[in-house]
Formats: sequence, structure tokens, C-alpha cells
Amino acid sequence: MLSVTGLESGYGRARVLFGVSLEVGPGQLVCVMGRNGVGKTTLLNTVMGVLPATAGTVTFDGRDVTRLKPHERVRLGMGYVPQGHQCFPQLSVLGNLLVTAEAAKQPRQVIDEALDVFPALGPLLKRSAGHLSGGQQQQLAMARALVTKPRMLILDEPTEGIQPSIILEIEAAIERLHASGLAVLLVEQYLDIALRLADTFVILDGGHVVRTGVADDLQQEEVRRLLAV
Amino acid sequence: MPAFVNQLPIGLSIGAVLLLIALGLTFTFGQMGVINMAHGSFIMAGAYTAYLIGDLLLALPAAFLVAGLMGLVLERAAIRHLYARPLDTLLLAWGVSLVLQQLARDLFGAPNVQVPAPAWLAGGIGILPYNRLFIMALAVAGVVAVWAYLTRTGLGRRTQAVVQNRRLAATSGIDTGRVDMLTFFIGSGLAGVAGVAVTLIGPVGPALGEVYIVDAFLVVVAGGLGQLRGAVLAAVGLGLLNSYAEFWSDASLAKVIVFAVIIAFLQIRPQGMFVLRSRVLT
Repeated sequence: MLSVTGLESGYGRARVLFGVSLEVGPGQLVCVMGRNGVGKTTLLNTVMGVLPATAGTVTFDGRDVTRLKPHERVRLGMGYVPQGHQCFPQLSVLGNLLVTAEAAKQPRQVIDEALDVFPALGPLLKRSAGHLSGGQQQQLAMARALVTKPRMLILDEPTEGIQPSIILEIEAAIERLHASGLAVLLVEQYLDIALRLADTFVILDGGHVVRTGVADDLQQEEVRRLLAV
Repeated sequence: MPAFVNQLPIGLSIGAVLLLIALGLTFTFGQMGVINMAHGSFIMAGAYTAYLIGDLLLALPAAFLVAGLMGLVLERAAIRHLYARPLDTLLLAWGVSLVLQQLARDLFGAPNVQVPAPAWLAGGIGILPYNRLFIMALAVAGVVAVWAYLTRTGLGRRTQAVVQNRRLAATSGIDTGRVDMLTFFIGSGLAGVAGVAVTLIGPVGPALGEVYIVDAFLVVVAGGLGQLRGAVLAAVGLGLLNSYAEFWSDASLAKVIVFAVIIAFLQIRPQGMFVLRSRVLT
């Protein structure tokens, strides 16, 4: 579904990714792990076209999207939830969902479908998104990605800085979406969540892929060493 | 006392003109952060459009289109390449405004021209002349239209989304380039409408926009960036302050008073009257 080959990118002259390759099959959940600053967010931003790739290719559904703009990738079915429970703060919760649905040229019923996945947002529809708690904003961010009718979800640390009760809800939602056949590329810091969710994992270190494997391999001592701070 | 009352419609209509100009700036400056010094030239372009067309009601949409298209060309050709460099944008737009002023001088001559007000705007109700009343009505209509556009239409929602979080907008499927283009078109078009309004209260010259543009920027800054209600209050306040300060002293001292008041105000409220507040931004 998504295949990344030899991807390089960075900020100005500072290179962050040195030839990253990974593969997400249809309906597969791949978890990208690694310590802070190894290039996880840079990888996702480059996959989405927020940062330009200086080398390598990103292919989605057999189509080379390396040079496409972010909004074009979204319209092809790549749903992105960036880091830090972002929203459009002055718009209402409904406004946030509406503007995304309209931009992705989806009918209004996609909003109801997204609200089925995140029922906690239902009573908050008229509230200003900027006034929600971090956990609520994260649920909104994921609902917003769903409204674009993605065939693949790209999630950047959806549980970071979120209160534990909502982490469980978010984890359950990811699991449900994955079970419904959605491919997921997930960056996750919590090892236990990654263990429960991931089909396969990719460990980054210093802008390189240093390990790939299935969830069971995450138990190995060497893998834990790569993830320890 | 009657002189004091007579000054009121003058102050209010100056406020209305400032508001119309500030509405346009709300788009290009408030929303996009571009200090568009060419905005003054778009006002001038709107005023000359009114001069060429002659009919006030026809001139309004025509001036909107003319100024809007000029803004569109400026944004596509130059400004969009400089979004990360605000100072370069400022210089560039200022240069463009000088070119446009000279162009107006070549096309229409350096002396001011007069746009005759339509007969149906002659007279007035008591101390309220119809022409000034018309400007105020135009400003109110402008505010309502901008408010409705931003909050009630899909395009307006997209504009707001891009302003509030540009990168998130792009990764939510919004074509930010197109939104920028449209925002600039509308902001510049509103400058053209303001230009038509200006012809009702004074002569039209190549440097017409420069008279108002600084005050209009003050309105946007004092009102709070991108804040509609702030712009309304600041425009009316500045218009009244301007005309009364001029009435009690003289034109140059009035400017000093206005600037002093604004500086004092911004010392107390550096963000302007209204500020965007949310968890995300704080």
C-alpha cells in the first residue's frame, strides 16, 4: 500500500533521514519506533510531503507521490494526524470536521461516521476546538483524518501528553480502525501500546532503519536497548 | 455645540472608509501576515475605476474586480515566493505601489480629478449628508459580507483554517495555495471598494491611497490582528478621534494626537483590543 524507498530529507543543510525504506501492506499496522530525535516525525512529514524529499521515493497504492503536495496526498487516501493534538483553534469541533470534509470533497455523512468512532466528540460539536482538553483535541484530530476517507492512517504519537483514560480510548479506536481493514503507519513511544497494536515494527536510529521485525521481536534485549533513553 | 455635532458624521464616515480599507487588510495583513503597502494603490485603482465608469453602483463591483485582479497578479507573481520573508514582501509591495502611482500619473495626469457624486446622493437628513450615510452603509454591508464569508461559507472556513494552522490545513487536504490566492483577491478587491467610497468625500489623485493606508494599518493593529470586531471598534474610534482632533486643533497636530493615543493604547494592550486565545496558542 505504502512503500518508502531510500528516503532522505532534513531541514536546510541538516540532514535527518539517510535512506529510510519501509513497507506498509494493505490493512497492515506498522509501528515506527526509536528514541527522541532519530527522525520519526521527519519521516512522517516527508511521507506526507510537508517536507520535501531530497532523495528516494514514496509510493502510495502503486503511484509515485514523492513530488505531490500534501493536500493531493490526502485526497489520494493518506490520512495524516500530525504530532501534538493540533486543531483549528478558532473553529468549532464541527467546523474542524466540516472544513476537512469539504476540502477532501466528501459528503457530510463522513462526519457522522467519524463521530461513531469517537462518540466523546458528539456533545462537544459546538465548542471551540481551542478550548478542548489535549485528549479531546487528539480525538478530534483523528476524527478529522477519518473524515478525509483515508485508505491509510498516518499517526504521529497519538498518545503523547494525553491523560491515561483517553489513551485507552485512542488505543481502542486505532485497534478498531485497523481491524476494519485500514492500513496504519504509527509512531508510538509507549512500548506496551506498540506491542499490542503493531503487526510489524521499524526501529529508527540516527536517521537509519536499524531493525525491522514482528511484534514478538520487540521483546529482545537488543531491541530494548535501541529504544532505551 | 452644533459644530461639535456637525463633526460627528465626518468622523463616522472617515471611520467607515478606514473600516472598508481595514477589512481588506484583515485578509492580506491580518490573515496572511503580509504588510501589503500596495493596498493603498489598490484603493487608488478603485477610485480611478469609479472615475472612468462614472456610475457609482456599477463602479462598486467593477472596482472590486479591478483591484482584486491586481492583488491576485501581485500575489501569484511575487508575494507567494516571499511568504517566509516579511521584510522583502514589504519592500516589494512598496515598490509596486510606487510603480502603480506613477502609472496612474501617466494615464490620468498628476492633477486630482473629481468624481461627480450621483444626484440621488445630494442632500441629506438633518446633519447627515446622504453621501456620508452611503459610505457608512457600505462599510456595514462590507462587515456583514466579510463576516458571512468567513463563518458561513466553505471557502471562508478554509481561509480560517489556513490562517489558524497552515501546515495542518495542508495535511487536512486543503489546497493552501489556492486559499492564499483567493484571500488576496478578496482583500485587494475590498481595497477597490474602499476606493470608490473615497471618491464620495474627496478628489482622486495618484497618491490617494497613501493618505489612508497608514491609518488603516493602525486600525488593524489596534483592533487586534484578523479580528473583525476589533477592526470595527478601532476604525470608528480612530475616525472620530481623527476628525475631532482636527476640529479642535489642526491637521498636523491632530496626527500627533492620534499617534500618541495609539502608542499609549498599544503600551497597555500590545496585542490590540481582541486577541486570539486558546490552549493551542498559549
